[in-house]
Amino acid sequence: MLDYDVKYLRYKTFLNTYCPHCNNSFNVKKDNKELLVFKAKFKKQDIDILMSPYLDVFEVEASVPLNEGDKLSDLICPHCLKSLITEEMKCDECNTKVAKLIITAYSKLLPFYICLQHGCEWHGLTKADERRIKLKIPRQEMPEQDQKLRIHNFVEVPYGLTTELALLEAGRCLQCKNPKCVDGCPVNIDIPEFIRLLCEEKFNEAAKKIKERNVLPAVCGRVCPQEDQCEKLCILGIRDKPVAIGNLERFIADFERKMDLVKIPIIKSKTNKRIAVIGSGPGGITVAADLTLLGYSVTIFEALHQSGGVLVYGIPEFRLPKSIVNFEIDYLKRLGCKIELNHVIGNIHTIDELLENFEAVYIGVGAGLPRFMKIPGENLCNVFSANEYLTRINLMKAYKFPEYDTPLPKGDKVAVIGGGNVAMDCARNALRTGAKEVTIIYRRSRIEMPARNEEIHHAEEEGVKFKLLTNPILYVGNDNNWVKGVECVNMKLGKPDDSGRRRPVVIKDSNFYQEYNLVIVAIGNGPNPIIFDSTPDLERNKWGYIEVNPETMETSKEFVYAGGDIVTGSATVILAMGAGRAAANAIHKKLSGKN
Amino acid sequence: MYEIIQKQEMAKGTIVKFIVNAPKIAVKIKPGQFVIIRVNETGERIPLTVADVDPFSGTITIIFQVVGKSTALMRSLNAGDFFKDVVGPLGKAAHIEKLGTIIFVGGGTGIAILHHITKAMKLAGNYVIGIIGAREKEMLILEEEMNLLCDEMVITTDDGSYGQQGFVTQPLEKYLDERHDVKEVYAIGPIIMMKNVSNLTKKYGIKTMVSLNPIMVDGTGMCGCCRVTIAGSTKFCCVDGPDFEASEIDFDELEKRNTMYLKEEKDALLFSIK
Repeated sequence: MLDYDVKYLRYKTFLNTYCPHCNNSFNVKKDNKELLVFKAKFKKQDIDILMSPYLDVFEVEASVPLNEGDKLSDLICPHCLKSLITEEMKCDECNTKVAKLIITAYSKLLPFYICLQHGCEWHGLTKADERRIKLKIPRQEMPEQDQKLRIHNFVEVPYGLTTELALLEAGRCLQCKNPKCVDGCPVNIDIPEFIRLLCEEKFNEAAKKIKERNVLPAVCGRVCPQEDQCEKLCILGIRDKPVAIGNLERFIADFERKMDLVKIPIIKSKTNKRIAVIGSGPGGITVAADLTLLGYSVTIFEALHQSGGVLVYGIPEFRLPKSIVNFEIDYLKRLGCKIELNHVIGNIHTIDELLENFEAVYIGVGAGLPRFMKIPGENLCNVFSANEYLTRINLMKAYKFPEYDTPLPKGDKVAVIGGGNVAMDCARNALRTGAKEVTIIYRRSRIEMPARNEEIHHAEEEGVKFKLLTNPILYVGNDNNWVKGVECVNMKLGKPDDSGRRRPVVIKDSNFYQEYNLVIVAIGNGPNPIIFDSTPDLERNKWGYIEVNPETMETSKEFVYAGGDIVTGSATVILAMGAGRAAANAIHKKLSGKN
Repeated sequence: MYEIIQKQEMAKGTIVKFIVNAPKIAVKIKPGQFVIIRVNETGERIPLTVADVDPFSGTITIIFQVVGKSTALMRSLNAGDFFKDVVGPLGKAAHIEKLGTIIFVGGGTGIAILHHITKAMKLAGNYVIGIIGAREKEMLILEEEMNLLCDEMVITTDDGSYGQQGFVTQPLEKYLDERHDVKEVYAIGPIIMMKNVSNLTKKYGIKTMVSLNPIMVDGTGMCGCCRVTIAGSTKFCCVDGPDFEASEIDFDELEKRNTMYLKEEKDALLFSIK
């Protein structure tokens, strides 16, 4: 048996290790003099016992010098001289015997195993303990900008997870054998796998893993309603809070972008087939990226002067910084995808004309026609659709008026009609552009609100008021035709309707009047007529949206595909991306099968 | 980027004509449709009617009045300069067919878009009567061009410095009294003019079309900024118009909506002077 010194020791969080037999502590000090001394015999010249466990609770590295010809036999407690090698467990990687120590984690004594084989880094707890510890780690929340400060700027509200927080949060994932979260994701990202890579600090690999299924992780990590998708199905969510999958996705994507790790893949098999994509929103971007990677030459037609669709005109800067969208668009261009701005399809080219030059056409134009309630006074000055209000601020940068030329709608007392994410965006924009009081008027109760909890919570934090179970019936104007107030009625919830939500019913004689000088109507969008006017043979459903084969997204016209809001009505970014993915696959199948 | 080929200042420099290189639009645009121009990166999206096109040389002609910061900025550009963005064609095209006798009434810069429609109607074989008016002689635009198209033409000025003294409605009323074969009246100009023409033709029961110019942002139906009340229901001028049946329009509402940003326009001008 040989005596040897541990060469160096490094730890992030103090870890006490004890002998499982005599319960004496192996005193660990940073100073090189009084280090833990293991007594052991090894057959190899050098061995690294690398204890960088899976959890970020602690990290210890020990290096052991050995003499030539030594046999691997034992690791012995310096106090009781008993062997620490155990039969209880075997190394997962090399199937050899492992040493057992006792560690303290979360004020509990837990058995901990390390493999002594040269080059093997395996270490771990018993499965049950590992699970128990993971369940003890609370869900890590993102640091956020102070609520009083942030209503005076357009800087993004959450700062994102730090590397430490992300590793801690990722450590919570149980790595289920049969992961439910993947089913909850509309584009089926391999969530456990990217989290595993993240745990191993392989951030770049994790980013690649996500990008196999999702071309816009930085966007989706921010705006996806994860609580209704992947996180809703997370096993941890049954007893505690689910793993913050969205925040981890965002962390990975931000890391990749900030560290400049994004690489342009080489596209091997180029075809000479051309695809036209109408609309550069999330759906169009997905189709374009997927098909470009498959070797097609893709042209995107965008009606506005900037690409990104709802990501640039709709979602506010403080929720999704435009620099991120621009980065993703830039990536698309670097892939080789062409983007034609200022092209309103239907007017400048009809779909039939596009089919003459392109093998297939994807319609991802969104539902761009704001709905109004058709109540008196809706066309008074300072009554806006959410689309107009947001477009002025986000796309046209009216909040920088007069540096930018587009005027900013202003009002002290603002009413926002509706309870969706867009309503929250409008309300929070109003606060940031000088409104003294902002009220959300919604006809159902808080539970039925379609907005994400996070958005409602942020709005509340920032001081937005909520008038629930209330519906406007009339806008009152002053002599100059400017809105000065809203007449509302109170509502109560009746029986559930087709959507499963309880239908709001008017309470008789509950009318009341409230003063507002800026009203924003955020009750959704209908289908935009421009494409249909020039393409009458495109079949549509009873709501006016395009009818498609739900599997291939092909429309009634051959080689014309559609997806996103123009098929489903107002929905989410990720659903549009899911539809884009399905369409890209179908287009590839159809076009590659033809020759 | 869209190059300005030619520039011409009219009406004492308050009205400017640009011929802009936009080949794709020039091939597609039809009378009555409009374009949206964004001058530079910080610019707003300005809807402008197209006075003429030349599909062979790939140019469109735009004529606009200098009213605020953005149009003043546009005036400062010269041939050889570029617009950042030109989007079009937008809106529905005017319905062109042979009807018989049509009276075209134009006022101010409205004559620009009127010219494009008149040309098409003339080519469709209609008998075209033109009535164009301005505040004074120098403010009258496209007189020659209209003269070439119209079988009969009357000019009015508010101050009597040229043509008949008075408003365009006076010769219109005379025509409507004398001629009973007028099938349609097309009136494009200031809102007050279109409103008065509409009130007049209503009495005679003659179909009257006007082209509206509400404030717009995107011009593709996405924002609803340009909503107008037509026959009691809300329409979006950019996708349902800009041409509407005059008798159904709530002109008063449109007039007030168009004054929404007067203060901001002044602020923007002051800012740009600084």
